[in-house]
Amino acid sequence: MPPSDELAKLTIFGALAGIAALAAVGVVVSPNAVRSALCLIANFFALAFLYFTLNAELLGITQVIVYTGAIMVLFLFVIMLLNLGAAHLLREPPDLLKKAIGILLGLVLFGMIGSQVLRPLATITATTSPDDYGSPQAVGRALFTTYVWPFEVASVLLLIGIVGSIMLAKRKI
Amino acid sequence: MVPLGAYVGLGLFMFTMGMIGVMIRRNPIVIFMCIELMLNAVNLTFLAFARYGPVTPAKAVVGTIPHNVLQTAMSGQVIVIFVMAVAAAEVAVGLGIIMAIFRLRQSIDIDEMSLLRG
Repeated sequence: MPPSDELAKLTIFGALAGIAALAAVGVVVSPNAVRSALCLIANFFALAFLYFTLNAELLGITQVIVYTGAIMVLFLFVIMLLNLGAAHLLREPPDLLKKAIGILLGLVLFGMIGSQVLRPLATITATTSPDDYGSPQAVGRALFTTYVWPFEVASVLLLIGIVGSIMLAKRKI
Repeated sequence: MVPLGAYVGLGLFMFTMGMIGVMIRRNPIVIFMCIELMLNAVNLTFLAFARYGPVTPAKAVVGTIPHNVLQTAMSGQVIVIFVMAVAAAEVAVGLGIIMAIFRLRQSIDIDEMSLLRG
């Protein structure tokens, strides 16, 4: 592979990873819930493109459809619904001690896992999987042969989720 | 090529941000978003390992591709699909619970919900 191609790949990864990381910070620090949701959408989009750089095309598209299309719409819907009646309920009073403890524990987790895991993985640059491993054909074949039983269990789980959320949302059945 | 450690590092950073958010935020909707952030960090890690494959040598070879490479590539993607399904169900039920609590108490502050405290 020529070095310019490698540089391009590194640049694309850096840009996408930067967007994803900034958006992840934005989700946590922004005081407004709607702004958090918009940051999360940006993060999910960057992640979808990162999946494309990993050749997982089907999952990248699924990420856009399921997360940014369905889950985030549900989030924004609920935020709007709660904001209608009571805008003051979504504000948070500042609590410096809790923030300090949370950030400290987060840094400890990051340092602990990062110091053990990242260094041996930093030298691995060769991809082993075939280039078309993320195509719909390949994933569909795996999903309907080797993993057909967990696939059916997942569909039952989704059905239970639908019934459960209807039970929770309705006042009278 | 981009090293595997870069993807795993980004996943670790996103997971850490999600964990900090769950601990310091009081709005249950934002806490849900942080849980989604953590799930997505794990998804990214799964896919990175699926792409870069196992480092142990293969035992069997199917066609031209070693068996454990193909198995890692496929199982990594399939578990991401399952995580997405679980996340969708979790969000639907969780937001339903938040709406039910809001209807009951007219408040969604997570620190005031101490019904299960011993």
